[in-house]
Amino acid sequence: MSTSGNSKDRAKDSIFELDGVVVEVDGRKILGELSGAVRASGITAVAGPSGSGKSTFLRLLNRLEVPTRGQISYRGADLSTLDPLALRREVGMVFQRPVLFGGTVIDNLAVAAPGLSADRAIEVLARAGLGDEYVDREVDSLSGGEAQRVCIARTLAAEPSVMLLDEPTSALDAGPRLALEDLGVELAALGTPLVWITHDLGQMERIATDVIILIGGQAEYWGELGGLVSSDSKRVREFLRGGTRAS
Amino acid sequence: MQAEVSGLGLGASLFFVALAIALSYWRRLRIEGTIAWSAGRAMVQLLLVGAALVLVLDPARPMALAWAWVAVMLLFAAFTVRRRVPEVPKIFWLALLAYVAAAAISIGILFGLGVFSLDARTLIPLAGMMVGNSMTATVVAARRVVEELRDKRDEVEARLSLGQPSSVAARPYLAAALRTALIPQIETTKAVGVVFLPGAMTGMILAGVSPLLAVKVQIVVMYLVLGSVATTVTVVGLGTVKLLFTRDHRLIRLVRQAES
Repeated sequence: MSTSGNSKDRAKDSIFELDGVVVEVDGRKILGELSGAVRASGITAVAGPSGSGKSTFLRLLNRLEVPTRGQISYRGADLSTLDPLALRREVGMVFQRPVLFGGTVIDNLAVAAPGLSADRAIEVLARAGLGDEYVDREVDSLSGGEAQRVCIARTLAAEPSVMLLDEPTSALDAGPRLALEDLGVELAALGTPLVWITHDLGQMERIATDVIILIGGQAEYWGELGGLVSSDSKRVREFLRGGTRAS
Repeated sequence: MQAEVSGLGLGASLFFVALAIALSYWRRLRIEGTIAWSAGRAMVQLLLVGAALVLVLDPARPMALAWAWVAVMLLFAAFTVRRRVPEVPKIFWLALLAYVAAAAISIGILFGLGVFSLDARTLIPLAGMMVGNSMTATVVAARRVVEELRDKRDEVEARLSLGQPSSVAARPYLAAALRTALIPQIETTKAVGVVFLPGAMTGMILAGVSPLLAVKVQIVVMYLVLGSVATTVTVVGLGTVKLLFTRDHRLIRLVRQAES
């Protein structure tokens, strides 16, 4: 694994730290052994080929998965000792496919924040780039891009400190995809760090401040975006040459 | 009442089974083997059961034999649930616990309050009705819970990711599964007397008991069957949800079973 940046500074500035993390399923190694820190600001993009363990990596951070070995810390505290429900409200997650529950948009927001007021609903929808006319819209009438924004608004309604996004734009056309990237950059600029999985190298270059390249469950690169081009890893160079770039 | 079943009668009753097998073959449903196997197995099972019942129902035999019969019924029902729902760890014990509790309450009411006198001839069929109906419904409930949570895993995990505890995240899917499992029993209860006359009541009337008394007894039995089914389905449904999530509110891996 090649990394860049001062490791002591990074640890001080980190929101998640992984130490010797391994995930095995039915005796098969999916991830690891991973060690590194995710910065508490900006957007950390996690990229890599299909099946490289990107989603498993993300799911570890809000305890939808647990490591077989090793330790993960959140703001310095061992993740396994924290209340998983409180942790998941702090570490919001947006999935690849927009998953909405039946009913209206505000019904969905209320799942994250029971008793949510209409004013608060309008506020979180605005943060996700949706107008107040969406509050009472039936979710079945939303487009893919709108549905994903409602998912982001729903996650924001729980007031998370950090957001995990699992290829949130993979099912979207260019217009909504770029708009969602802008939204991510804006959220990060306003102080919510994001961990964003992407298989699109163009997207990674547009949004990321830090990058983790996972190949075969191993972190082949973990550092600032700027250092990626000078990575001495052959597998990283091959991935960068062969990776997809959508506009 | 005397009934004699001739070889011709038995053959005629198999006509519909043969028709079902032919339909399955024609429409390529691939359940011909299952139908033939279940029909053959049922006949062998019933003949064996008939022979065993002759022994157990003999008034000269001790009641312990009848109780042992009920215990075997409970174990077989729990084992059936485990076989049909292999994805759920420890479901055998969950189902057994539910059946034992439901049978104890039902049998306690029926015999404790003197609705029937306690002997092998009443205990075995009444316990069989409770356990049999409960088993069918709990298998449906547990299977549906597994299928709902497996097929809607992304929805369940979206709910968990918003900080919902597993019991809350699974609630909509559990409710759908319980409704599916209970509807047949509820419909049967609603249609009683209109579409069909229950066997126990019919038997009592044919035996010369006053229809009003037969109806009263039937109502007690029907309520106990309904209660037993609803209780076991709810307990097994809730328990299945609990067994499918870890203590830290993660849904365990649910692999799709191969089609038989």
